[in-house]
Amino acid sequence: MADKLTGIDEGVLTEEQKKRAMIIHSLFEIQKEHNYLPEEELKKLSEKLNIPLADIYSTASFYKQFYLQPRGKNVVCVCVGTACHVNGAPEVLEVLENTFGIKAGETDKDLNVTLETVGCVGCCGLAPVVTLNEEEIIGEVTKEKAQELADRVWNK
Amino acid sequence: MTRLTSVNDLIELKKSLVGERVDPDGTKRQSLWVCCGTACRAGGSVELADKLQEEAKNNNIPVDVIKTGCLGMCQKGPLIKTMPDGYLYQKVKTKHTAKIIDYTAKSGFAVRELFYRIDDLDYYYKRDIFSGPKEKIEDLPFYQKQLRLILEGNERVAPENIHYYIAQGGYEALAKILSEKWEPEKVIDEITKSGLRGRGGAGFPTGIKWKATRQAKGEVKVIVANGDEGDPGAFMDRSIMEGNPHCLLEGMLIAGYAVGANYGFIYVRHEYPLALKNISIAIQQVKELGLIGKNILGSGFDFDISIREGAGAFVCGEETALLVSIEGKRGFPSPKPPFPAESGVWAFPTCINNIETLANVPYIVKHGAEKFSSIGTENSKGTKVFALAGKIKNTGLIEVPMGITLREIIYDIGGGIKDGKRLKAVQVGGPSGGCIPADLIDVEVDFDSLSSVGAIMGSGGIIVLDEDDCMVSIAKYFLEFIKEESCGKCPPCRIGSYQMLEILTRITEGKGEMEDIDRLENLAKSMQVSALCGLGKTAPNPVLSTMRYFRDEYEEHIKHKYCRAKSCRINTYKIDNDECFLCGLCKKVCPADAVIDAGDQYIIDQEKCIKCKACYDACPIDVIKSLGSGEETIDKSTINLKGELRDGA
Repeated sequence: MADKLTGIDEGVLTEEQKKRAMIIHSLFEIQKEHNYLPEEELKKLSEKLNIPLADIYSTASFYKQFYLQPRGKNVVCVCVGTACHVNGAPEVLEVLENTFGIKAGETDKDLNVTLETVGCVGCCGLAPVVTLNEEEIIGEVTKEKAQELADRVWNK
Repeated sequence: MTRLTSVNDLIELKKSLVGERVDPDGTKRQSLWVCCGTACRAGGSVELADKLQEEAKNNNIPVDVIKTGCLGMCQKGPLIKTMPDGYLYQKVKTKHTAKIIDYTAKSGFAVRELFYRIDDLDYYYKRDIFSGPKEKIEDLPFYQKQLRLILEGNERVAPENIHYYIAQGGYEALAKILSEKWEPEKVIDEITKSGLRGRGGAGFPTGIKWKATRQAKGEVKVIVANGDEGDPGAFMDRSIMEGNPHCLLEGMLIAGYAVGANYGFIYVRHEYPLALKNISIAIQQVKELGLIGKNILGSGFDFDISIREGAGAFVCGEETALLVSIEGKRGFPSPKPPFPAESGVWAFPTCINNIETLANVPYIVKHGAEKFSSIGTENSKGTKVFALAGKIKNTGLIEVPMGITLREIIYDIGGGIKDGKRLKAVQVGGPSGGCIPADLIDVEVDFDSLSSVGAIMGSGGIIVLDEDDCMVSIAKYFLEFIKEESCGKCPPCRIGSYQMLEILTRITEGKGEMEDIDRLENLAKSMQVSALCGLGKTAPNPVLSTMRYFRDEYEEHIKHKYCRAKSCRINTYKIDNDECFLCGLCKKVCPADAVIDAGDQYIIDQEKCIKCKACYDACPIDVIKSLGSGEETIDKSTINLKGELRDGA
């Protein structure tokens, strides 16, 4: 039977390869629980897998979906894909930045909201698009709609 | 679900499903196919489907409500297709559910107000008929020029229910190979004959890739499906993974059989949660049915498929980077050779194909290479799925035969440019592609023709740009993306993209020098030859293609501090006081308080002006002029899109 985590039968991979293949998965698990990757947890993972912390940090710091800093309660993500870009994503981002008082990629000091940009969420038909907490997708966002959203998130 | 142990079991299962449990044509009862692609979801289609179900239950009306993958016309979502009548309802809201159940589900009547109507008077004028609303999918101009081999599945399959796929001939291609005991070489031959080329961008012939992997030495071989669709403006693979996951799984099984692999990985972006969910469900179902695992359908063929989640790195779309990412490392590309076919993930021979490529495989095996290769052009066979977006009336997901022209895509399928503006260029192929100017849109869409005009097929994003888009800014936009996403391993890409972006930023801020154009060209050309991976090598394409076709725009930015699209904040705004009728709107909207009320005229204080063009947009009679500064001033009326300034400037 194939191994559940690696998807490969016993005996094909070395222990070392198996452990390394689990890093990304484990990091997602940690992030699911803590909302970001706390240093403590990375150290624990390093001990558990017996892989140098530097290697784990090397993977964690490379990928955009891993966060080494705490994130806000709400995550507002502005799509800056090509279609969104030409349809006014920069203006939308400006409105959100001004309302929250932070720049893209930052979290406010009360951990209320994190503002991010994403390469493309894949609904270019509705450009420009903003997502809220990875669940709610708001399409055809105008400056006014962005302002409404910003106020809603801020007062949540 | 009982495990299938032979091809016969599969046929029996199919028989037991057709018409009774699965009724996609609505022969026994009405079925409502609610599009639950990402765009329609954003419009509330999931709630819509639930409400329809509830409404039907409350009224005791037998009806199948099926949540499908993307139906394509994202602009008009949420969409519902009804069977057996084949009506297409667009922009459906929850307030319509009662009527849909009462009219369509109960009595088979149409809810006419939900039909698609062409809202473009020109369309009627040119065709001199006042045709009524478009009732069915095939009546819509958006669908008429499409050829939906792969996307058709999205209309007829419930992604979360394997029975729909099987009842309509799913896994039959695999069964055909297994029951007729095809030699793996025969499968490879069939794919080679079909002329299928990789849909991920480069267009490498799939048959050759498979053959190389087959011939590579090694006990263990691996199939990888590349679903790391990182190009901004592309969502084809997503729609296949979300809407028809079994088609992908079947393609992988056949690939595995052909190259002699026993393991398959699907690498899916973390940004695609629904694709991850639907593929997981699909894998669970095929596992239960014994379509993956050991001794598939009693043939002795073993194949396992599992998911690998990407963690957000554009470079992982590059094959060598993706493979080390599966191993858990930083997604750094490595030089080729060795090619993945010789030494891929964990140094096993690996065949890595794009999602759409693999989704084509069952069709080819089922219908034969000849039928497939009868579609398309000489060197590009079959169809291609494109994500159509930008300044176009009908955005969405389309599938067209290779060899169709861009003009047909933009005007016939896309319905033309939004808001009566003029087409300026078409960006094809994302950050590795290029901008094709409006006068070249009669180019055929296939691998070779597109590269001859400086673009590439890429993964299949088509972004339409109009006169309000500044081509320098577009180039800058892509460079920003590349700079952000460059993995940093090789200096040409890491430093080159940074330098190019700096120069482009300077130009869009009106601080450019004429030498900058040569500098850009030099940087671009050295990056093309010296970058390590395909992404780095193609990264300068957006800059080179815009410089090739829109050089005059670069020169205007530099020489005259003038952006004809008025999107860079470098133009000078002046009020033509002879024409002005003193409405004062410009003063009202100016955020910088730069408009001075001089009693009998308004004057813009150039010191204070932040060039936001709020006054220009607000002026009801267009007497505020947007000008360049420098040696000569340019009025917008002297500019046309073909750039006649080229000689004069």
